[in-house]
Amino acid sequence: MTAVTPAPPDTAVRPAPGGATPPGRPAGHSRLRTAAGFAFGAALLFAVAPLVLSDFRLALLAKYLCVAMVAVGIGIAWGRGGMLTLGQGVFFGLGGYAMAMHLKLADAGPGGMPDFMQLYGQLDELPLWWRPFASPWFALPATVLLPMAVAFGLGSLVFRRRVRGAYFAILSQALAAAMVILLIGQQGTTGGTNGLTDIKGFFGYDLDDPVNQRMVYFIIAGALLALLALARQLIHSRYGELLVAVRDGEERVRFLGYDPASVKLVAYVVAAGMAGLAGALFVPAVGIISPALIGIVPSIEFVIGVAVGGRATLLGPVLGAVAVAWARTALSERFPGTWTYLQGLLFVVVVAFLPGGLASLWALTRRRDAAARSVRRGRLSLGRRRTERTEVPAA
Amino acid sequence: MSERTERSEGHERMPSQHGMSERTERSEGHERMPSRHGMSERTERLDGLSVRDVRVSFDGFTAVDGVSLEVPAGDIRFLIGPNGAGKTTLVDAITGLVRATGSVRFGDEELLGRPVHRISRLGIGRTFQTSTVFEELSVLQNLDIAAGARRSWATLARRRGGVPDEIAAALETIGLADRAGHLAGTLAHGQKQWLEIGMLLVQDARLLLLDEPVAGMSHEERDATGALLETVSRDRTVVVIEHDMDFLRRFARSVTVLHAGRVLSEGTVAQVQADPRVQEVYLGHPVDAGSARTGLEA
Repeated sequence: MTAVTPAPPDTAVRPAPGGATPPGRPAGHSRLRTAAGFAFGAALLFAVAPLVLSDFRLALLAKYLCVAMVAVGIGIAWGRGGMLTLGQGVFFGLGGYAMAMHLKLADAGPGGMPDFMQLYGQLDELPLWWRPFASPWFALPATVLLPMAVAFGLGSLVFRRRVRGAYFAILSQALAAAMVILLIGQQGTTGGTNGLTDIKGFFGYDLDDPVNQRMVYFIIAGALLALLALARQLIHSRYGELLVAVRDGEERVRFLGYDPASVKLVAYVVAAGMAGLAGALFVPAVGIISPALIGIVPSIEFVIGVAVGGRATLLGPVLGAVAVAWARTALSERFPGTWTYLQGLLFVVVVAFLPGGLASLWALTRRRDAAARSVRRGRLSLGRRRTERTEVPAA
Repeated sequence: MSERTERSEGHERMPSQHGMSERTERSEGHERMPSRHGMSERTERLDGLSVRDVRVSFDGFTAVDGVSLEVPAGDIRFLIGPNGAGKTTLVDAITGLVRATGSVRFGDEELLGRPVHRISRLGIGRTFQTSTVFEELSVLQNLDIAAGARRSWATLARRRGGVPDEIAAALETIGLADRAGHLAGTLAHGQKQWLEIGMLLVQDARLLLLDEPVAGMSHEERDATGALLETVSRDRTVVVIEHDMDFLRRFARSVTVLHAGRVLSEGTVAQVQADPRVQEVYLGHPVDAGSARTGLEA
């Protein structure tokens, strides 16, 4: 139990500074770097991308950025909070359908009904639950608040009952399946398998016009940057630290007097709101929302992008989501049919060999540099540190 | 998170037990962070632990079988006993981790039947046999989280600005001031245990339940831990589960021996050591791992 070489009393109580990790950098420096990072991102999205990309590619990028917005939320819920949510499609869908319902009603004009209802539904008048969506003052907040409310209700039930890990993942995935079944079953009022299609206008702007498509792209790019700023604030706040603590030691946090359920609930609800906003902006960018876009498969694809990029970092999920979505388009164009296998392979390789995602590559090289520097700086203290390390915690 | 249990103001202090007259008042002459709302009016109060006829059963097996014990305010009570005596289960019952019958009172508050985080907010803190610091967070962040169970959501949404006073004080007490920025995962084993104790200090725990705090520590680390216990017991009540008899002899103020879920003996170290029943439990089965580990015969 005590087979340890006794270190000199002084070092045992107060070890010399200079461990493996450098202390936190000064706040001013990091704030400057962040501002520079955001400026660079904004320049890339607002100036470079519209200049070098064709209208077609820019529209594709708009779609990818919507996926990236979902990824920011998953990064918080899964990367920082440890909740592997395989059902973000539900919240993406709620936001998307809320927006599409409003746009369909706006297309139909006052008193009009969406085209598909007359085709399949044989309805004489608009269903009651569609009516509030005619007003933009209801529909727009609903794209975000509706998913958040659903996440709140679900999360309250699930987290208090201490459902976590694989059980939580399966439950969230089942929810995505249930939502798809519900939508398809109610074809008369939801558009069924087809979804809500053929959306022409966006608050008075014609979506077929490339200029207006560009405007939608800019809105999406701006929204993504705003979500990143929000996520950054969240991660660096005291709450963000607490969330990581809950991820790594839920029981320990409970013994410190917190209720981990409410800590997790906040992250889950925020992630749902982000997915809802992404779904809402996806509709004008692509012109359609359908069960195939929000079911189990897209929900898992959201997560793959986050895993590849690096779930616990701020930018990893965004870059991973865009990269995977871009690779999917590029490879499907050249080798149709092989993408599914490549995607699976990519996921397996990342999970097996790089659990922290591609972002951890960068962190790894940085750590190696820091370790090399600290070895050079403090050869003398190395022996002492080795002594400390031989202490094995007794059972 | 924002709600907290209000302590009754102007509550009568418990009578001093162990030369408590010289203890320091932590809440006075000490600037409080404005963000920690409602902290300034909290009174530091020394309470004792009263356990009455506590029983814990798992599927017919009775792990704790009617334990009653009184730990006076400011005591350093050691709980000892062979493996399986029910020491950790008793602490689990006190902290709400397992269901128990009977009564556990700390000061005026009944603890049994409350959820874990509510019990914690009444000022009961514990450590575990294996250290459970948050390895991916820095020492400072660990302490900051431990100090913050009463923070409002508005405070949580902001960044930590600087180091709050009570955290700086705790860093000094546990001797990790120069490690504040390091990840807790990079600390040595003994330092992690101290960090755990530091987390209980900033958590404002008034009853510390420590489960084998010196297991795996070097002699010097044990000495430092013992000194730390004496410091923190000035204004807190401490209960320690420990197998290390040398450590017990040096730092225990009182001892309770548990055996097969019951209290076997209680008293000072000398009284307990002289008790023939204790000697029988420890020495009667020389091949038992419990006796080999405790070395009470030495």
